[in-house]
Amino acid sequence: MLSKRIIPCLDVRAGKTTKGVKFKNNIDIGDPVEMARLYYEAGADEIVFYDITASHEDRDIMIDVVERVAKTAFIPFSVGGGIRGVDDMRRVLLAGAEKVSVNTAAVKDPHIIAKGAEAFGSQCIVLGMDAKHVGKKKNTPSGYEIVINGGRTYTGIDAVEWAKESEGLGAGEICLNSIDSDGIRDGYELKLTALIAENVGLPVIASGGAGKPKHLYDVLTKGKADAALIASMVHYGTYTISQIKSYLDDFGVKIRKTW
Amino acid sequence: MIAIIDYHAGNLTSVARAVSHIGCKCAVTHSREQIEAADRIIFPGVGAAGSAMESLKRLGLDTTIKAMFLAGKPILGICLGTQIIMGHSEENNTRCLGFVNGNVCAFPSKMPSANGICLKIPHMGWNRIQILYDHPIFSGVNENDEFYFVHSFYPAPGNKEHILSVTDYGISFPSVVGFDNIIATQFHLEKSGRPGLIILKNFCTWQPC
Repeated sequence: MLSKRIIPCLDVRAGKTTKGVKFKNNIDIGDPVEMARLYYEAGADEIVFYDITASHEDRDIMIDVVERVAKTAFIPFSVGGGIRGVDDMRRVLLAGAEKVSVNTAAVKDPHIIAKGAEAFGSQCIVLGMDAKHVGKKKNTPSGYEIVINGGRTYTGIDAVEWAKESEGLGAGEICLNSIDSDGIRDGYELKLTALIAENVGLPVIASGGAGKPKHLYDVLTKGKADAALIASMVHYGTYTISQIKSYLDDFGVKIRKTW
Repeated sequence: MIAIIDYHAGNLTSVARAVSHIGCKCAVTHSREQIEAADRIIFPGVGAAGSAMESLKRLGLDTTIKAMFLAGKPILGICLGTQIIMGHSEENNTRCLGFVNGNVCAFPSKMPSANGICLKIPHMGWNRIQILYDHPIFSGVNENDEFYFVHSFYPAPGNKEHILSVTDYGISFPSVVGFDNIIATQFHLEKSGRPGLIILKNFCTWQPC
């Protein structure tokens, strides 16, 4: 059977890894190429990079980062942030990324998903979704609303409806980030994650809130996620990927044990 | 020199990077002369069987690869390459190269799983292989090693002796097939970390009997 995937997430700004709390107060914490190599060697199943500024100059720096990662880390990795069209996707895929993720640009123009899937295959196209708990309303029957622009703009779009629509358009995977739990290290948003996983036939990567191995156990079981994104808990050395995997293995979660 | 066959079926730079990383010379090419001059051939690919076969025929590479196969050059198929060497694919109802007798089949829909959600298609992520026949390319691979898969179809050789390993995903499906001078993996060797690079390296020195 498939292993549940443990995926370190590196936010990259101007060629440096950075980490913020609730999308704010970012501080630089290291070289993304070196961090990717260390995580690859430490047993990460995949790596996610978010280009969090994505100005034109930074875009070129990011492509250089992707090319250097591809020479040292022989596992899949994805790149998101500032992907506005098929040309942006082609650049990061040719640089060596396995997948690209689209978020704000897909909300503004959902056809970017279809165009990407047609050009490169659904397996390449990850829909990044930032969702916030807003309570059940007419527009948001699930109680969760999609927010864009790094959490600053409400869209009025229901999270479950958007997930289903993206599947119809050809997305291959959903990376679901809870704005409410992001950076708080108090656990993933289990209810939201299970809701999305039950309503689409796509793999779901849970994001936002990992602070200890128990949180990953919860989201990979009760949350029905296929993969879990981690950042702070490994970036600062609080846990190693091995420790997290041992914990999950002890509690019967199927994970990749050798690398 | 290893020729990595470029037939416009996905991004082949990852395969080339992995081959370079293990210290072997390679070229990503669709030149018939370059392929014919190569010591061994890697036949990768991502995408759909129908358009892949069309591209191969348009480039005239179907006959070139067949000639290399009959001449006994070591050939490694990866992912779509592994499916294209079979006789026929259910994907786009495509007649394929036919080096290995058998079909390419779709995973059954609605396979049940433990948490009540149907197994997702494509089969995407890390999974184990159960080795059925010893083969030099498995040298150094351990029982618990996992490999990275992304696919909705799988090869089903007619001759069971051509199934070198199987993998479980709702059903047990062939994950490595081969005989004589051909070996083919459904998983992505170039994205499977250390065990993937070991198999790739084994292929680079493999001398088929």
